[in-house]
Amino acid sequence: MSDSTLASAKPQPAGGSAPSEPVAELSDITRMYRMGEEEVRALDGFSFTFRKGEYWAIMGSSGSGKSTLLNILGCVDRPSSGSYRVRGQEVAELDDDELSTFRGAELGFIFQSYNLIPQLDVLENILMPVMYQDEVPEGIEDRALELAKRVGLGERLHHRPMQLSGGQQQRVAIARSLINDPALILADEATGNLDSKTADEILELFDELHAEGKTILLVTHEAEVGRRAENILRLKDGNIETVERGAERTGAVADAQ
Amino acid sequence: MRSSSLARAVRLGVSSLLLHKLRSFLTTLGVLFGVASVIAMLAVGEGASAEAQDQIRRLGSRNVILRSVKPPQVGDEDAETRVLSYGLTRDDFERISETFPGIEQSVPVLQTPAEVRSGQLLCRPRVLCTPHLFQSVTRRDLFSGRFLTEQDEANRSLVCVLGYEVARFLFPFDTALGERVKVGEHYLEVVGVLYSRMPVGSVTLDPSSEAGGEVFLPLSTGRAYFGERQTQMRSGSMDIQEVQLHEIIVAAERDIDVPVVAAACRSMLKREHDEKDYEVIVPLELLARAEETKRIFNIVLGSIAGISLLVGGIGIMNVMLATVTERTREIGIRRALGAKRKHIVTQFLVETMVLSGAGGVVGVGVGLLIPWIVERTAELETIVEPAAPIFAFGISVLVGIVFGLYPAWRAANMDPVEALRHE
Ligand SMILES: Nc1ncnc2c1ncn2[C@@H]1O[C@H](COP(=O)(O)OP(=O)(O)OP(=O)(O)O)[C@@H](O)[C@H]1O
Ligand SMILES: [Mg+2]
Repeated sequence: MSDSTLASAKPQPAGGSAPSEPVAELSDITRMYRMGEEEVRALDGFSFTFRKGEYWAIMGSSGSGKSTLLNILGCVDRPSSGSYRVRGQEVAELDDDELSTFRGAELGFIFQSYNLIPQLDVLENILMPVMYQDEVPEGIEDRALELAKRVGLGERLHHRPMQLSGGQQQRVAIARSLINDPALILADEATGNLDSKTADEILELFDELHAEGKTILLVTHEAEVGRRAENILRLKDGNIETVERGAERTGAVADAQ
Repeated sequence: MRSSSLARAVRLGVSSLLLHKLRSFLTTLGVLFGVASVIAMLAVGEGASAEAQDQIRRLGSRNVILRSVKPPQVGDEDAETRVLSYGLTRDDFERISETFPGIEQSVPVLQTPAEVRSGQLLCRPRVLCTPHLFQSVTRRDLFSGRFLTEQDEANRSLVCVLGYEVARFLFPFDTALGERVKVGEHYLEVVGVLYSRMPVGSVTLDPSSEAGGEVFLPLSTGRAYFGERQTQMRSGSMDIQEVQLHEIIVAAERDIDVPVVAAACRSMLKREHDEKDYEVIVPLELLARAEETKRIFNIVLGSIAGISLLVGGIGIMNVMLATVTERTREIGIRRALGAKRKHIVTQFLVETMVLSGAGGVVGVGVGLLIPWIVERTAELETIVEPAAPIFAFGISVLVGIVFGLYPAWRAANMDPVEALRHE
């Protein structure tokens, strides 16, 4: 884990002349749910590669498998079959403990309902992923402080989640997702509970992160939100419907910058 | 990180529990009473057995004490002067000393109701006429001077040994040694002072009252000068009793001989006495009785403790299961953010232990209060061993572990995806 990405912004080569290194490689992923006699394939032979520095909006109708995909990407769920590699690490090879540590070290989660721990204050919530690591990096408190300031909560470090507005809570969640300098930021309907103005502020934060070279996958229903992302991946019935890359959507990309 | 993470886990547990203060408090009650009963039980038990040990020490563990007891009066003749003759006899003493196996020594005691004076001061101690063996058989320590000797016995010397209280009472500022006291109508020289040891059941230490204090003189002297008739004025009428011996202290050779000696004494007395004008006191049996008391206390309070702890533990488990369900979402978040199963187990186990430990701490307080109250109201001796509160607190923590494991295990084995979806 290095602190460099937070400080030094790495602009993404526009137009995708040379593809950056892969972060998440999924091949032939199937996720089956058995409901008595019936079999539901939430994901059905899904293959795709997300690369470093990309900003994806994942869209699709309800039940198309977006959340299922994000859970698998986030290593909280395991595919029924297929291979998933993060930074070259085959996830299927990790046991439960290793997977937990891996999540805490390499992934950042942002949820629709913020999901902060109510009995912890802002700073403690931001530090949560690091606290479960075997080794706590030097100066992590300073980094948490910096992140809190960055998301505009420098004045509310010791507030409990209940004392914050929805937008503020989501900012805390974003700071929390950044504390471990993750390889992948996963957001499921991150703006779903917020009014449009607050949602806009959050999306601006995502834009900044994208500009810094973070890899972001954002599940959303709203076309408005999707348009602000660099690329859009549309799902249908557990597989890819369309892939829209930034180059094909120059208007949207220009809008975002 | 290890120790600080435990401290953090405890702090976190406390803050989670404080979110539901009343619930947490009620949950700890079972453990609280359990722990309190454990301490009270141990304190009362220890007290009972210490008291028994003390009695044994006082009476001698190898001794069997035969005592004359005034038999229930037959009829109610209001005779002016009537001689009531009862109790142990010199023949009893001879039979015991000569024929019984397993006996080391036996000591006769004759008691005379004389008053004891020195100058203006007067008291009514137990005046015991007994041979020199008395001191060694009852294992009493000398404060000063000497005890009665064989010569005193042979010469019917006019000497006496005072119990410590009597000496302090009659000679508050001086040593009593060499002084003369008037016992009844006779002057005796004080040759020694003996440390006191209260007879069983007697509480008073005041020598001016009838039961308090003791004065010893040679048995032969007692028989020669005071006789075996004890005359006392009782509510205007003369009450004359004739008792040959008031007490016979029989010392067995070994502890294991005591029951045999006691049985032999009992059967002999039963055979020789028409009336039950005696009693047989066996300190070892007193110990058995005290142990029985202790056992009953242990059973009663032990059951209360056990049931309280069980119910308390189940209550804690119940609340923790509810807590785990309530906080399913939180568990999902923690798991997603990198918590291993063991972190979740630790978190909930620590929380349960904080809960039961808090009950334990308050329980220790209550448990220390109970013996204090018992001692004052029931006049039972209690002893709180320093280890008892630690032991009881340890039990409360153990209850936390035992009853916390299942809820913690449930929490740790939740599917993170399901947990995150939980409303
Ligand atoms: N735990 C489960 N048990 C059974 N079926 C499930 C389970 N989770 C998801 N599914 C099924 O998998 C399919 C995909 O679900 P998923 O939650 O990924 O959809 P989604 O795209 O996130 O939908 P939405 O936009 O409504 O959140 C759905 O048909 C759903 O019913
Ligand atoms: Mg969904």
